[in-house]
Formats: sequence, C-alpha cells, structure tokens
Amino acid sequence: MNNAIDSILIFLVLTDLILLGSSRLKNAIRFVALQGLALGLLPMLAHSQGVVWHAVLLGAGSALLKGFVFPSLMNRALRETNANREIEPFVGYISSLLIGVGVLALSFWSGARLSLPWEAASLLLVPAGLFTVWTGLFLIVARRKAITQVLGYIAMENGIFTLGMVLVEAMPLLVELGVLLDIFVAVFVMGIIVFHINREFDHIDSDQLAALKEGPP
Amino acid sequence: MPMEGIYLFALLCGAMVLLAGTGIGALLVGRWSARWAVALGGGGAVAACLAGLAAAIAALALRFQKTAVLPWNIPHGSFALGVDPLSAFFLVPMFLLSGLAAVYGIGYFRPWRGRNPGRFWLSYNLLVASMALVLTARNGMLFLVAWEAMSLASFFLVVFDDEAAATREAGWIYLVATHIGTAFLLALFILLGCANGSQDFAAFAAPGGATGLMFLLALVGFGTKAGLFPLHVWLPEAHPAAPSPVSAVMSGVMIKTGIYGIVRTLEILGSVPGWCAWLVLGIGTVSGVLGVLFALAQHDLKRLLAYSSVENIGIIAMGLGLGMLGLHYGSPGIAALGFAGGLLHVLNHAMFKGLLFLGAGAVVHATGTRGIEALGGLLKRMPWTGAAFLAGSVAICGLPPFNGFAGEFLIYAGSFKAILGAGALALGGVTVLVALALIGGLATACFTRAFGIVFLGESRSPVAKAAHEVDATMRGPMLILAVLCLVIGLAAGTVVRFMEPAVGMLSGSSVAEGGGGSVQWIFPMALSSVLLLLIMAAGALVFFRRSCLAGRPMRETVTWDCGYAAPAASMQYTATGFAQPLTNAAARILRSRVEFHPPKGIFPSTASFHAETPDIARESLFDPMFRKTAAWLGRLYWLQQGRVHFYILYIVVALMVLLGWALRP
Repeated sequence: MNNAIDSILIFLVLTDLILLGSSRLKNAIRFVALQGLALGLLPMLAHSQGVVWHAVLLGAGSALLKGFVFPSLMNRALRETNANREIEPFVGYISSLLIGVGVLALSFWSGARLSLPWEAASLLLVPAGLFTVWTGLFLIVARRKAITQVLGYIAMENGIFTLGMVLVEAMPLLVELGVLLDIFVAVFVMGIIVFHINREFDHIDSDQLAALKEGPP
Repeated sequence: MPMEGIYLFALLCGAMVLLAGTGIGALLVGRWSARWAVALGGGGAVAACLAGLAAAIAALALRFQKTAVLPWNIPHGSFALGVDPLSAFFLVPMFLLSGLAAVYGIGYFRPWRGRNPGRFWLSYNLLVASMALVLTARNGMLFLVAWEAMSLASFFLVVFDDEAAATREAGWIYLVATHIGTAFLLALFILLGCANGSQDFAAFAAPGGATGLMFLLALVGFGTKAGLFPLHVWLPEAHPAAPSPVSAVMSGVMIKTGIYGIVRTLEILGSVPGWCAWLVLGIGTVSGVLGVLFALAQHDLKRLLAYSSVENIGIIAMGLGLGMLGLHYGSPGIAALGFAGGLLHVLNHAMFKGLLFLGAGAVVHATGTRGIEALGGLLKRMPWTGAAFLAGSVAICGLPPFNGFAGEFLIYAGSFKAILGAGALALGGVTVLVALALIGGLATACFTRAFGIVFLGESRSPVAKAAHEVDATMRGPMLILAVLCLVIGLAAGTVVRFMEPAVGMLSGSSVAEGGGGSVQWIFPMALSSVLLLLIMAAGALVFFRRSCLAGRPMRETVTWDCGYAAPAASMQYTATGFAQPLTNAAARILRSRVEFHPPKGIFPSTASFHAETPDIARESLFDPMFRKTAAWLGRLYWLQQGRVHFYILYIVVALMVLLGWALRP
C-alpha cells in the first residue's frame, strides 16, 4: 500500500520538474492531466479503512475534472490561440530547474519540521504536496502565457489536494470540493478570457496587461 | 418564556423576514413589472413596519425585557435577539417613520417608472430590516454584521441616482466615513470580547481601567454614524444626494442608531470616568451650535436640513452628557432629566426631521430644484405641504405646543437643577443652558428663513411658479407626522411616562423623582397656558381683521403689491440676505467664500453677490489629512507594477516567509 502511494508521490515530484523545465505547452498540459489522474487514486490508498465511498467519489471526481475536462478545455484554447511554446519566460528553464531543486529541498525541510495533528500515510506526502504547490505558484509568477498560468493554478490545486490527503479522515470532502469548484470556475473563466484577449490583442501575453494599471496621479 | 414573549419575537422576526423577502421579491419582479415591484416592495415595507411598530409599542407598554438566542454557526457569534425598554423605545420611531416614508416613496417614485424600482425597494427594505436588527442584536458579531448591512443598504440608497457625478462623490464620502466609524467599533468589540471571553452582550461587564478608552472608541465609532461634530462631514453630502424618503429615514432614524449605540455602550459599561461626560457634553454643544450656524448659511434646502440634523444630534448629546454628569456627581435626578430629554429628543427629531425631509422632497418633486434662492410663494400652490412644513419648522425650533419643546424643556429642567448643584455640576448646567438658548434662537432664525424664503412671498423662478401640490400618498405621511408632532407635544407627560423604563435603565431613577414631580404637572400647565394664549391671540386677530374690513370690498392681488408700482420677485430678501446679519457675526467660524461684484457707475448694469460656505471640518481637518495620507501612500506606487505575476509573487513571498516563521527552529 505504502509503495503505491510513494510511487504516485514520486511521479508527482518528477512531473513537477518536467513542468518547470519544459517549454512545450502541449506536453505541459498532458503532464498536468497525468498528475490529476494519478492523484485520483490517492484518497482510496491513503484512507486507513480502505475503500470509503466519499474518498472514492472525491478521487473519481477530481480525476475526471483534472484528467479530462481541464485538458480538453485548455487544448481548445491552445488551438484557438495558436500558441505552442512558451517563448521568453521571465525565468529561464535551466534556472527554473535549479530553483525547483532548491525548493524541493526546502519542502523536505519544512515537511520534516511541520507538526501534524494526524499521522500522514507516507513521509513523502507533505513534502511532495508542498513542492507541487510551490511549483504551481512559480509557474504563475515566472511564465508569460496565460495558459501556463492556468496550468500553474491546476498544479497548485494538485498540491493542495495532496496535502489534503493528510487530513483525509478528518474533513477533506467539503474543503476539497470547494477548492475543486474554485479551480474549475477559474479554468473556465480563464479559458474564455484567454480566447477573448487573444481575439482582441492578437496575443495572450499576460504581462502586457500592465498597460491597464492605474499610475501615480 | 411567557406566551406574549414568543408572540413579540415572532412579530419582530416576521417583520424582518418579510422586509428582506419582499425586497428581494421586488427586485426580481421589477424586471417585468414596475407596478408589481412597487406593490410588493412598498406594500411589504408598510406591512412589516406596522407589525414591528405593534411589537415595539407592546414591548414598551409591557416593560418587556427578554433575550432569545437562536443557533448561528459563526465563530464568536450567536444569533441573540433581545428586546428591552431601550431597544423598544428606539424601535418605535424607527418603524413608524420607515413605514410612513415607504408610503411616501410609493408616490415619490412614480415618475421613475421606466427604471426597475425593485432596486430601490430592495435596498430600502434591507435598510429597515438591518436597523431593526441593529436595535435588537445582543451579540457583538451579530451587531457588527447588522451594522455593516445597514451601512451598505443606505450607501446603495444614497447613490440611487447614480447618473449624477455629485451623487457618486457623496456616496464615496459616506462609504469612507461609515467604514472609518466601523473600524473603531471593531476595536471596541474586540476589546470587550477579550475582556469578557464572549461576544454576547449578556456576558459583557465593565473591565477595570479601560472603560474610558472603550467609551471613546464607541463615541468615535457611533458618533460618525450619528453625525457628531467633527465626524458629521458625510451628512451634508449624503442627505441631499439621497432620494427624499431615504433622507427622511436616514436623518430621522438611521443616524439615531448611532445614539442608540452610545447609550447601549453606557448601559453595558455601567459607569464611565467623569471626563467622558464632559466630552459628550462638549461635543454636543459644539455640534449643536456649529450645526445650526452652518444650516443658516446653506442655499440647498436638503443640505440645510442635514446641518440641522447635526444640530439636533448635538442637542441629544447635550442631554446625554448632562445625564452622565448627573450620574458622575451622584445626582440621579439630573441624570434622569438629562437622559429623558435626550431620548425624548430622539423621538421628536425622528418625527419633525422626517416630516421636514418629506416636505423638502415634495418641494423638489414639484419644482425640480433644491436651491432655496429659486423658490418662493409655494404656500399658495402647495398648501398642504406648506402647512406640514410649517408645523415641522415650529417643532424643530422647540416652540410650544409642538413636540420639540417637550424634549428641550426636559434638558432645560435638568440644567436648571444642575446650576443649583455643586461647582463643576453647575458649570455643566450653565454650559447646557447657554448653548441650548443660543441654538434655539439660531434655529428659529434658520427655519424662519427656510420656511419664509421657500413658501412665502413671490416665486423667484418659473419652476416655482409652475409648482403643483403633490398627490395623496405623499401628502398623507406628512400630515400624519405633523399631527404626531402636535400630539407628542401636547401629551408629553404621557410620553415621558411611557419612556420611564428606558430612562431608568440609564439613570437608575425616574423622571418623576428627578424633577420632584414638577415635570408631571409643568407640561400640561405650560402647554395649556401657551395654547390658551395662542388661541386667544388668534381669536383677537381674526376679530380685529373682521372689524377692520367690515363693510369694505375685498380682492386678491399679487404679493408685495402695497405701494409698489411694479412689484417683482427680485425685490424680496434673498436667502443669503436674510441670514447675513447672523452669518456675518459668525464669519470667523463659517469662513464663507464670497463672490461680490458691486454695482458700478451711475447706471449700473450688472451686479451680483454669491456666498458659498464649505464645511469647516472637511476643509481644515479631513481634506488635509486625507491628502497627506494619499501623498504618503503614493510612495508605495513602485509596488504596483500592473503585472499579475508580481502580485502573485508578493503572495508567494508572504506565504514562504509565514511558513518559515511558523517552522523556525
């Protein structure tokens, strides 16, 4: 049982590193979708009483959304905007990977220091979850294309989902459903907005939105 | 809980639920049918106010004192509703005026049939419901939630006419002011909660030492809503901008929730340091005098009424301050008289200021302008509105036999009693006495001017000439309020007996004990003698006129026809001119900006005079303060890059720092 969980978590960490180092948007979407599918198995494995209906429901719902709905939405946006690659990110890919390794170390350190009210199903759970959250946030901050930022949000949600597994026996269903709903709406809205921004300005570089800011009087 | 208790709470809660439900219903229905939205929203408001009024009067008569707690799943919160004489006393004018203003609103919004009137009724009904909740909440969280709901509902009512830039600016000023006030209240409730370990009012007890600070927080927080000087700056902006029935409700009863808050804090804290009493007295005096002075210098009818509200809140605060002084110096009689006078003035001001704002609304409705300089001669065209406005004006000046006299009389009685007391108390008494007399005189000048310029003489503009009387839904509420002003004035003794329990909660003694019973007989006597004199004088005048005109032909002609070859409206006193002797005397305080082009040459062709009086607190306190703050905060502009990436980076950095802090070795 523990082996299965650990394999999923290691897969999570590896895909995070791929996300940090890859410039191809199509690949990134695929790997985030795989993350979502793999994480769908976690609730059943992490629950000490084996298969519990709410854990199954949660896993299946999240896998369905992240594995199929989100990727198809984003692939559609990709087609409509003709954006295949992330060009000129704020932070380069090699530096991103280096920062990623640093953050991974930090995640392990904080995972070890974090005192939890419950025994986690695996020692890797908290560090992997934290690392995925940080990776998602990093993608949002360091990339230019709106689609990558959406991917960042989903990766962050994956991280929150993983961290939620620590509390899977306490009350994750409602909280997790809330987060999932948030992300779903966010992706939906972003999909529409990306499409409209593209039609209006012929690009989806979110940093050019800076032109809209209120300056000093 | 006894049976009548259940009925009472059911009636009150039913009224609140009905208000919220019909408000939302009106908004939804308003998309399809304006008529049904008005029927639903207005009808619901009137029905709920009748139910609430019945409950409040019953509670006051029964001296009801109960708290009901409903489950509520909020940290530190409980849905504790309570009715005691103090709440019931504030609920009575609240429901009364809100119901009448709702009837008036049905007629007032008829010309706006094109837009969705549900927008108005949603905010209006929510405002009334949240005011009821503010007055009955017995938990800090619930109170703050209701308080915010009240502020927001009234904000949306202020900006109802949002096409005008001035209205939007007024709305912003109101929003900022009310939230600054709420910030102080938040601090107050946090302090109270920390000291007592619960946010329930029932658990609140005065902690040692910090009562002064707590009262100060309450005074600033609630004083902002009430409109005490110098926190009144939003009143002269928001009241003119709001639709008239809203101004009536806001000025008549919503700002009284501020007074309620101060009084409730007093009741919770039990005793406060002596300087608090002096502070309330001082602020009340300054508000009263400056309020009426600034009212005197205004050209906008509703702005004038707004400043007059500052004045009346000042009078109420003077009454409360006198009561607190009485408590501090161990003189329960003075305390009872002061609190009773302040509370009675709360009721009275709700009646006559509501009436005056409704009257001003009728004038605006008929002429389309709020500028007094453009009005005149409206009494002939709008006799009902004019008569009602006159009644309100007499009442607000504190002249018998109307209700304004009764409240001020109690405060006068308290201050006379205080003068006979020991040193410091006598000083307080003299202050109140002198200030109240000054305010009374200036208020009389102010409302002589307002009524005289607007309703008497000859019309100063074509719009005033074309004015017409408003319809019955608008006339009715004004007449009812005018009659109530008279009835409360004549039956003041009974009204005071009714509010005894509320006064007792604050002062621990009754008005009858305080005045040695004098108040009980002095009202009927003073009033009946004045009334008798008035009737005799009126009879004598009528008789004299009859005897002079006996056997002579009579015909009607234009005003000012006696002796002038070609009387014109421009030869009358202007509003500015009428007030000039008094505004000149107070020029140092008012700092009017005068634009004067005197007539030149032997045959002057043009000459003009214009005086504008901006608010002193806004000009010399808040404007510089906010400009300084803005300049200081402007240095942080480099943080605002306009890039989402950076904003999220700030969040990430903050999260990392917090995590690191939490996990520090």
